Amino acid sequence: MQKKVTNITFNPGFKENIYYPEVFRGLWITNRHFFVNMWRHTLNLFGIRTKVRPAVTYQYPEDPRPAHYRLRGRHRLTEKQNGAMRCTACMLCETICPCDCIHIVPGESPDPHIEKFPEEFTIDLLRCCYCGFCVEACPVDAIRMDVTRTEMAGYTRDIILTKELLLGKVKAHPWENWIAEGVEEKAG
Amino acid sequence: MSEKRELNLPLGPTPEKMQAAYAAADQMPGEFMHVQMGPQHPATHGVLRVEIETDGEMILKGTPHIGYLHRCFEKVAENITWPQIVPFTDRLDYCSSMNNNLGWSLACEKLFGIEVSERVQTIRVLAAELNRIANHCVALGSYSLDIGAWTPFLLLFQEREHILDLFEELCGGRLLLNYIWIGGLSHDIPDGWLKKVRDFTEYMKPKVPELNQLLSYNKIFTERLANVAVIPADVCLQYGVTGPNLRGAGVKWDLRKSEPYSGYETYDFDIPVGTGEMGQVGDAFDRYMVRVHEIEQSLRIIEQAAGRLEKMPGDDVQAAIPRTFAKVPAGEIYFRTEQPKGELGFYIVSNGKSKPQRVKCRAPSFSNLCVLSKVAPGLLIADMVALIGSIDIVLGDVDR
Ligand code: SF4
Ligand code: SF4
Repeated sequence: MQKKVTNITFNPGFKENIYYPEVFRGLWITNRHFFVNMWRHTLNLFGIRTKVRPAVTYQYPEDPRPAHYRLRGRHRLTEKQNGAMRCTACMLCETICPCDCIHIVPGESPDPHIEKFPEEFTIDLLRCCYCGFCVEACPVDAIRMDVTRTEMAGYTRDIILTKELLLGKVKAHPWENWIAEGVEEKAG
Repeated sequence: MSEKRELNLPLGPTPEKMQAAYAAADQMPGEFMHVQMGPQHPATHGVLRVEIETDGEMILKGTPHIGYLHRCFEKVAENITWPQIVPFTDRLDYCSSMNNNLGWSLACEKLFGIEVSERVQTIRVLAAELNRIANHCVALGSYSLDIGAWTPFLLLFQEREHILDLFEELCGGRLLLNYIWIGGLSHDIPDGWLKKVRDFTEYMKPKVPELNQLLSYNKIFTERLANVAVIPADVCLQYGVTGPNLRGAGVKWDLRKSEPYSGYETYDFDIPVGTGEMGQVGDAFDRYMVRVHEIEQSLRIIEQAAGRLEKMPGDDVQAAIPRTFAKVPAGEIYFRTEQPKGELGFYIVSNGKSKPQRVKCRAPSFSNLCVLSKVAPGLLIADMVALIGSIDIVLGDVDR
């Protein structure tokens, strides 16, 4: 059988070799950026011109990115001043949710002035698409999306926020504390 | 025995060259290789598999296989209400969510007969053009990465980061925005945002010449792209290729000019077309260059829109949103908008209920990808990467 080998000879002539200036032009731009950023970093170190950020990146775990107040993070249920839930189990958020991830079981409120309250309020975070419709639909400002809670990671697939978690009654959910959990898993 | 073959560079899919490639293939003894490129190939921009039939150097046949990212957008849309579909359009082409929102909202508004105020229209144009720049930054950056230039990718993502910060302030999302709703917007522009947009345009303007210096007119880059993967204008029209790819082939077709929507007819901007600067008209370099010029044009539109918004009195951006979508006019509509990647069309059938009866989404990347099987024969394997990158597909948009 014939071998199908193609021999291509390539002798770089003058036309090919003039790419060297291009390499240096690219390096010049890159180096300019490097030294400008370096200069700004140095100035910042001495507390001069701290308004100009030297680089767009953040030193993440130590220096988290400042978030704007409209950022859609993890959900939270709000409370009234007397500690009761604001939510009146009107089901508007469950109706508007495009991902079907809110589940509410309404029940009779212990307070005689209030008709209903949610006995169960769960959000399946893995289904949530963070659209923010639930916040927009709620008539009593009972559900909000927090700016600061953006770090969401887990080792399991049951990232389901219960009422206690949403109200902040239970502080450390296993997946909120994932570093500690990882250590435990390794130890166990 | 080794056989010598003239490679006759540069290659392009001219009919003669393709015929020659096929004729040479018939005479060649032995078998051809079937190479699977993808679905996890880094240069395919997602989960795309291209089945390549090759003799080791030249491609004789390239067939794209799609469907790895299918999420049933059309079927899902039949089961949820009209406004709930907006966050799902974000996920079609996740690099240009704002333009998808705009396309869906405008289609529904036309179907329901909703008129939005001029201020809302201007904010929409401003946001959509910002997103166009962000999309082109991704397209150019990842293209340069495919070709082998690492630095421009980082520089362009730095520019994109500023746009994403602006979006975060505007609507709370960075990538998936859900900002443009049927009949209005989710939020009004925050205080001081226009100033930041002005700052951004001032910052961005010198960045385009810098990109040209660093990458576009770099001899290594131009030599790599000139005359590679030429898609002639008639092939574009046959296959329904739209957007910068069509304009790269020299056809002056932009829906923002030819079928203006959302007040685009009042803005002053040009349509950049490919001129064959470095090689033939419609080669990879032209498609690249059209995107660079579109960034400049988008900056012009943004400046005009920001200037208008500064003068306009504030109004309620949610004023025209209907109180309920339980009863809507029945009928059907096809509405198309110019998305950064091409023509995004929504064909909607409404039977007057709260949910659409049928939604068909004409995604730009899908039609743009179809041309791959036509252009691939006659290319070198190394040029396949240059071709896929230059038609700028997002697999979320191809598979829907
Ligand atoms: S953010 Fe959207 S998807 Fe998530 S719970 Fe709220 S309405 Fe549902
Ligand atoms: S969170 Fe708000 S919208 Fe949802 S059930 Fe409670 S009161 Fe109604």
